[in-house]
Amino acid sequence: MSANGAAKVEPAPKLIVRDLAVFYDGKKAVGPVSLDIVGQHVTALIGPSGCGKSTFLRSLNRMNELIAGCRVEGTVRLDGDPIYGPGIDPVAVRRRIGMVFQRSNPFPKSIQENVAYGLRIGGVKDAHEIAGRVELALTQAALWEEVRDRLNDSALGLSGGQQQRLCIARALAVEPEVLLMDEPASALDPIATAHIEELINELSANYTVVIVTHNMQQAARVADYTAFFYLGELVEFDRTDVIFTKPSNSRTEDYITGRFG
Amino acid sequence: MRHLFVNGRCSYPQVTTPEGAIAMARQKSISARIVVPPVRPPKLTLAPAPLWHRAAEWLLRCLAVSAVVAIVLILVFIAKEAAPIFYSAAVRAEVTLSKMWVPQLWPGYDESASIWQPVSEIPKFGVWPLILGTVKVTLVAMAVSVPLGVGAAVYVSQYARPRTREIVKPVVELLAGIPSVVLGFFALMIMATWFQHLFGLESRLNALVSGVALSFAVIPLIFTFAEEALRAVPRSYVEASTALGAARWQTIAQVVLPAASPGIAAGVALGLGRAVGETMIVLMASGNAAIISASLVDSTRTISATIAAELAEVVFGGAHYTVLFFLGTLLFLTTFCINTLGDWAIRRMKIRLGGST
Amino acid sequence: MTAAPGAVRDRAALAQTTASRTRRNSVADSVMAVASGAALLIVLSILAVILFDVIRNGLPRLTIGFLSEAPRNGMTEGGIFPAIIGMLEMVILMTLAGVPVGVATAIYLHEYASPVSPVTRAIRIAVANLAGVPSIVFGLFGLGFFVQFLGAGIDKVFFHGEKVFGQPALIWAALTMAVLTLPVVIVATEEALRAVPRELREASLALGATRFQTVLHVAVPQASPGILTGTILAVSRGAGEVAPILFTGAAYFLPQLPKHLSSQFMSPSYHVYVLSTQSPDVDATQPILYATVLVLLLLTFALNVAAVVVRSRMRRRYTGATA
Repeated sequence: MSANGAAKVEPAPKLIVRDLAVFYDGKKAVGPVSLDIVGQHVTALIGPSGCGKSTFLRSLNRMNELIAGCRVEGTVRLDGDPIYGPGIDPVAVRRRIGMVFQRSNPFPKSIQENVAYGLRIGGVKDAHEIAGRVELALTQAALWEEVRDRLNDSALGLSGGQQQRLCIARALAVEPEVLLMDEPASALDPIATAHIEELINELSANYTVVIVTHNMQQAARVADYTAFFYLGELVEFDRTDVIFTKPSNSRTEDYITGRFG
Repeated sequence: MRHLFVNGRCSYPQVTTPEGAIAMARQKSISARIVVPPVRPPKLTLAPAPLWHRAAEWLLRCLAVSAVVAIVLILVFIAKEAAPIFYSAAVRAEVTLSKMWVPQLWPGYDESASIWQPVSEIPKFGVWPLILGTVKVTLVAMAVSVPLGVGAAVYVSQYARPRTREIVKPVVELLAGIPSVVLGFFALMIMATWFQHLFGLESRLNALVSGVALSFAVIPLIFTFAEEALRAVPRSYVEASTALGAARWQTIAQVVLPAASPGIAAGVALGLGRAVGETMIVLMASGNAAIISASLVDSTRTISATIAAELAEVVFGGAHYTVLFFLGTLLFLTTFCINTLGDWAIRRMKIRLGGST
Repeated sequence: MTAAPGAVRDRAALAQTTASRTRRNSVADSVMAVASGAALLIVLSILAVILFDVIRNGLPRLTIGFLSEAPRNGMTEGGIFPAIIGMLEMVILMTLAGVPVGVATAIYLHEYASPVSPVTRAIRIAVANLAGVPSIVFGLFGLGFFVQFLGAGIDKVFFHGEKVFGQPALIWAALTMAVLTLPVVIVATEEALRAVPRELREASLALGATRFQTVLHVAVPQASPGILTGTILAVSRGAGEVAPILFTGAAYFLPQLPKHLSSQFMSPSYHVYVLSTQSPDVDATQPILYATVLVLLLLTFALNVAAVVVRSRMRRRYTGATA
């Protein structure tokens, strides 16, 4: 049974990762990792802090290359198209694979302009289209009802949970196929966290979601698939219920049962 | 919840757009969840950026080298106007490098001397009076500004409350913002008279007055750098020294000040550069007598003031004009060296502090 | 066990020297505190004395009329209106020429340049040295390059040798000042760009923006208070410096307001210089002189205060209530 209650046929893998390794200044940070991210499901990356799950996540939308001295080896394919390669435009990659960060980072602009930002830089000019897509994105992020009357207010005036949902709406507005979330609820209180988790559930019907979380229970709640990282390596990857009830690897079991963390 | 769109197909066939779906949902008072069909994915290959982006980036690159171009142009064009001293026969008839630097025996004088008298029957271009003037005024300015600037910085960083610092820093910035012509005015009109009454001086305008006024411009520079350097000394040094039983003054004198010395040196170097090159204050307050004298209370003339005072009346291209530009080139190269040294000291300070935090 | 008599004597001696050392230290502590405090007081009082004197002597003459009338009667009556206009025109031209170049340089240095490339190092050295060039050397440069090279060249090409731009002119003074204030704008802009939080840039890039779009739509708007501060400080320098305009365009008395880029202009700063050193009747022109100095001081102070206010107010607006 998948996370949102309806029986689903297993679709083809959306992201195929083969032998991905990330190096900072010559030192290996993560890898080699090979796994298949399943489309329109939620995949969680868990593991103790510093084990490389965020680094792995950021290599899926080529955000790692912003750090000087970073080198990536291996291949990542989105629906068969490679993401890395000499002729590949990282900007185009990031339009199809979006990201939401750990601490919400809205621009110091109005709510409307925050969500519209990705559209404007993508070349959308028609005001009606922008307004419609902003409303759509905010609705999908379950924020529309709360902000519909104050779209022109500064985004910085929203609460922490609302700002994070705004960042999700902003990422959704460009209509990516994959949404990467780096510990999206770790800076939020339990109620806001519950909202985000509910949102992830709804989004998974239409988007492929990959979420990094240090909270095992959160992974158990939202994810269809779970990957366990430890010390820069992928230890085990399977359906969530399997990982949490019958892990094949003893290190996974130790982590799950809290013997270390 | 009822889906209005499911994977591109709509349960309500007359609705085809998200806006229409929202309107329909409102009309039917149902809560709607819009499911967006995936669009044809765009190619991931590199596309060239729009033309105006690339043009703008190219423009940025061009404008960015403007500073380098400016410095080069400055050096080239002042050296160009000074170059005739090396090759022009007309100019060399009146003045050569040796006539500038070596004391000459002029008719009517008992011994050879370096005299600056460009406007006279026999033009004389000895530069030593001007160099001496610059040195005297700079010396006075640094002798006043270094103790005051560093002393005030010590007080603000070591003794004063944070509130005091918040008030003092903007005030010193105001002092730094006073135009040098106003400082020259103040020296000329007011300080000169005071000093004359106070010290019973013969010449009202001299190296002392102009040097002290010059220090007003240099103090804020030294203060700013010294204060930041002193504040950046890690608390751990102070704590270690105090724990070893040192008195407060010993900690400051033997630990804090040495640790801050690169930053202080940088400030002093920049202040020195400013003092050597400053024009208006000395032009207005130093008396403008180009003589060789060891006394600080004699009227004197600096290189910068000479250029400013005499350039208005020279014949374009003549010997006097060429010599003035030569002096300007000299000034430029001197301050260039002083500032490069100061810059190097600042970078060393940053590296050293970056490593010790 | 009891201490030997020698040890007791030593302990007393030790106590003695310790006490005197403590006394010496506390004296030295006070001396240092007092000396450095006195230094601070002296520095602050310099500003106070200058302000006090200028205000006392200049304020009586500072009326609306002074600011709006032209000088009369050999600078013994009237006002400095043409000087204010001349300064305004020069400063506006200077800003239009210098600020875009300075901002572009800073953007390139911070957003595009590789820190180790020789071009970057050359630009940084050039900026640092430009800041330290004596103002009279800028005057020489203005004369040698702008007036006598560019100006004469323009005259030859466009005016058939007639002397239009090959002499001191508003445009040349403005361009010379623009070069002089270039480092101020560059340093302020770079500092402002450095303060833009990394998360904002990451958010923009993750949405599929190019580096140029991120710079244009996120970094520069966020840095705009700093850019404004740099502009204000540059204007303050431009209004007060005299040596660069001595030979490139400033004049003591002009019958008309400057109308063309090739006109000469009056300026309060130049006015102060001439009135102080070359006035035919020192006592008669003294009131105007003091009032002009007061105007100049008030102007530079107002600009510096404005720069600080802009910086702090917009910093508040842009950080807001972040998570």
